[in-house]
Amino acid sequence: MSAKKLLCALTLCCVCSAAFATPHIQHWQSASGARVLFVEDHDIPMLDVAVSVPAGSRFDTAEKSGLASMTQGLLDLGSTGMNEDAVATGMADTGAQLTGGVDQDRASVSLRTTSREREPALNIMASVLQHPVFPEAILTREKARTISAIKEAQTQPELIAGKAFGHAVYGSHPYALSVSGEISGVEKLSVQDLQDFYRAHYNARRAVVAIMGDVTREQAEAIAQQLTGALPVSSEQDVLQSVAMNIQASEQRIVHPASQSHILIGSPGMARSDPDYFALYVGNYILGGGGFVSRLMNEVREKRGLAYSVYSYFMPLKQPGAFQIGLQTKKEQADEALMLVRKTLADFVANGPTEKELLAAKQNIIGGFPLRIDSNRKILDYLSIIGFYDLPLSYLDDFTGKIERVTVPKIRDAFARHIHPAQMATVIVGAPEGAGHQ
Amino acid sequence: MRIYCVALLILLSQQARAEVFEQTLANGLRVIVKEDHRAPVLVQQIWYKAGSMDESTGKTGVAHVLEHMMFKGTRTVPAGEFSRRIAAAGGRENAFTSSDYTAYFQQLDKSRLPLAMKLESDRMHNLNLSEAEFSKEIKVVMEERRMRTDDDPHALLQEKMMGLVYLEHPYQHPVIGWMSDLESLKVNDARAWYKQWYAPNNATLVIAGDVRAAEVFALAQRYYGGIPKQVLPARRHYTEPAQLGIKRMVVKAPAELPLLVMSFHAPNIADPQQDWKPYALEMLAGVLSGNDSARLNKHLVREQQIASSAGAGYDSTSRGPGLFTLEAVPSKGATVGELEAALRGEIAALVRDGVSEQELKRVKAQVLAGEVYKLDSVFYQAMQIGQMESIGLGYKAIPLMLEKLQEVTADQVNLVAHEFLQDDNLTIAVLDPQPLSGKVSRQTGDSTHVR
Repeated sequence: MSAKKLLCALTLCCVCSAAFATPHIQHWQSASGARVLFVEDHDIPMLDVAVSVPAGSRFDTAEKSGLASMTQGLLDLGSTGMNEDAVATGMADTGAQLTGGVDQDRASVSLRTTSREREPALNIMASVLQHPVFPEAILTREKARTISAIKEAQTQPELIAGKAFGHAVYGSHPYALSVSGEISGVEKLSVQDLQDFYRAHYNARRAVVAIMGDVTREQAEAIAQQLTGALPVSSEQDVLQSVAMNIQASEQRIVHPASQSHILIGSPGMARSDPDYFALYVGNYILGGGGFVSRLMNEVREKRGLAYSVYSYFMPLKQPGAFQIGLQTKKEQADEALMLVRKTLADFVANGPTEKELLAAKQNIIGGFPLRIDSNRKILDYLSIIGFYDLPLSYLDDFTGKIERVTVPKIRDAFARHIHPAQMATVIVGAPEGAGHQ
Repeated sequence: MRIYCVALLILLSQQARAEVFEQTLANGLRVIVKEDHRAPVLVQQIWYKAGSMDESTGKTGVAHVLEHMMFKGTRTVPAGEFSRRIAAAGGRENAFTSSDYTAYFQQLDKSRLPLAMKLESDRMHNLNLSEAEFSKEIKVVMEERRMRTDDDPHALLQEKMMGLVYLEHPYQHPVIGWMSDLESLKVNDARAWYKQWYAPNNATLVIAGDVRAAEVFALAQRYYGGIPKQVLPARRHYTEPAQLGIKRMVVKAPAELPLLVMSFHAPNIADPQQDWKPYALEMLAGVLSGNDSARLNKHLVREQQIASSAGAGYDSTSRGPGLFTLEAVPSKGATVGELEAALRGEIAALVRDGVSEQELKRVKAQVLAGEVYKLDSVFYQAMQIGQMESIGLGYKAIPLMLEKLQEVTADQVNLVAHEFLQDDNLTIAVLDPQPLSGKVSRQTGDSTHVR
């Protein structure tokens, strides 16, 4: 065995030997019907809790876009017995942080509190989640603020690009809708709309409660019930409208005075439940997900200095979320960069990665696994994702093994089935002007 | 409540002290270790006390360009290889440059510290600054500038405003550098910068995570100990001339909404024990916008509905002079003038009536809770140590500052509002939004451009 081969074998060993204690996840169903995932940890006197419901913008319509986001946004702006100021001052007095989020699939409310102030903070969270009142005057104010923000977004090149890209990739599927909505949609929203949306989608039986930190199992059980016991119970079926996977190639060039062209290229990618998830994940790390060592970074930035940022990712959602490549480069060289990116993608899809690239990817992803779960915040996020997307409770235990089993042929095969370089949507905002671009 | 606060504070500060270890190597490198055994990971950060404020006119941006060049190879490690080796070890890495310092970091499994130290110590003194790599990387930096500043109206306003706020202090120059300076920088400028500032006696090494201090010190000695100490150039000192009246400016850029920014010169911490004004200013910023119930959001966004957003900012720790800043975006139908009047109304109310005990208590509760939450991020704890060392206050001031914040009184907040939030200290900048000409999109629809 030559020295070089020996070295290879040693590094391979290194990859295989990664073993790391994952957090022990406790799981049960609350009397409310909500699923609960809990990790008990008393190292820091604090608690993180997140409640997620399937109430994202995929339930919006073009007619009333922005409804999911507005509903979520108004939760903490008034609940039974507490006006918005009482919620805000109550939270501030405890030093707790109440935050919310909404994406295409999911709406969530999260709390971070010290153990000492846990009770008052949880009481406010429980009220906000389960007894929102959606006051008329506040809706009017928040609609005006949202419309201002949408107008501002319509001037910013990366946001213009994102919106055009969504429509090109998803067509009439609600994933195409901007989460914050369009002006015409937001203008139409009424208190009744918010109440109806809340009743239909903030459904106790579909809620997922993630709890991480300084409480006992018994306390966690009480907390989960306290936060979901009074949520609406709806029997409405979740009807999924399927994403059309094969799109027509398209290219939109949108004029903008910016000095750079903002370029997005992509197509529908994969769902969270896709059996090819790990092959696509590892493959994408090699293509454009792996920071400074990806192919796109190497070709576009390191070799030619064409961009500061260039990346690719899959957005795994309930249904296939986008595969997206993005970069910004000065207008004069946008076409050169675009050609290079397309060539890099086509080459990757046609030939897959090299064995050496795959090894390097595995070394990073497996060797870096402890960094994925090194804080309460990160573990909480995993609990929410595992619960919300029905991933196995052993997801974290299985993670490195799944990565290890990815092979070059599996990546090539998975990309060939999911990514079709000749059928990509391309959006260029701040496109080069002048001849040659019709 | 108060007794509990103090008790918690003492507990936290003892905890902080107990787990931090320090040593200075013979070559002047400060090594600080924060043990935290919650997860089997660690972070290495190296902080150089050299930022854009140490640059000269005409050479702005060189500190940041050098930061990029630090990934471009040494005598024994080829360009790009630093990142590849850290990646292969499962690590994450990056770097950042500010006006005050330049820092590099890697986050890794706890077993990989020797690798990280080997690579980081190597590029402290063996960097290979080649013409070819420089000419590519400077283009990357120009793209970064276009993305982060030129095409971002708020960042552009900020950059131009600093040029007006400071007459003499180099804070008037952007960290990323003026475009014309980037165009004229040569590899020799980067070489000179590296030679001048990249030395063990101008750096602080911070290691935090699942490590043993004694082992870290031994490794640090092994990898960094042999790098020779250097004579550092004398630091220039600036005394920004007193502002003698209000300054105003307008920045036009493609945008929809105006932005109003009001910045007041304000002191920051020089002596963590004796000073009280910077702590009172921190509390003032908290009372104005430290939480959803704070004054600017409550009064201007929610009640008067004159602003669609509003905030206050102040940083008590920096090498150069401090600023207390208010900024707001007017809501539809409100003018920038009305918004300015509303912000001035808030200042007048502060000066006239002061702040309530309740408001102050609320901000203090958040500071305390923040100290607990901080324990969840080893990276952030290391950041705080590196920052404090680099700006000259030292990490030991961290628990002291926490105590001083808790001691601030409502009277003190009132006094600093009165002393600093006044027109002779004030610069006002307004973003005047410009329409996008050719806003109508030209769409080519389906095409055959794709290959």
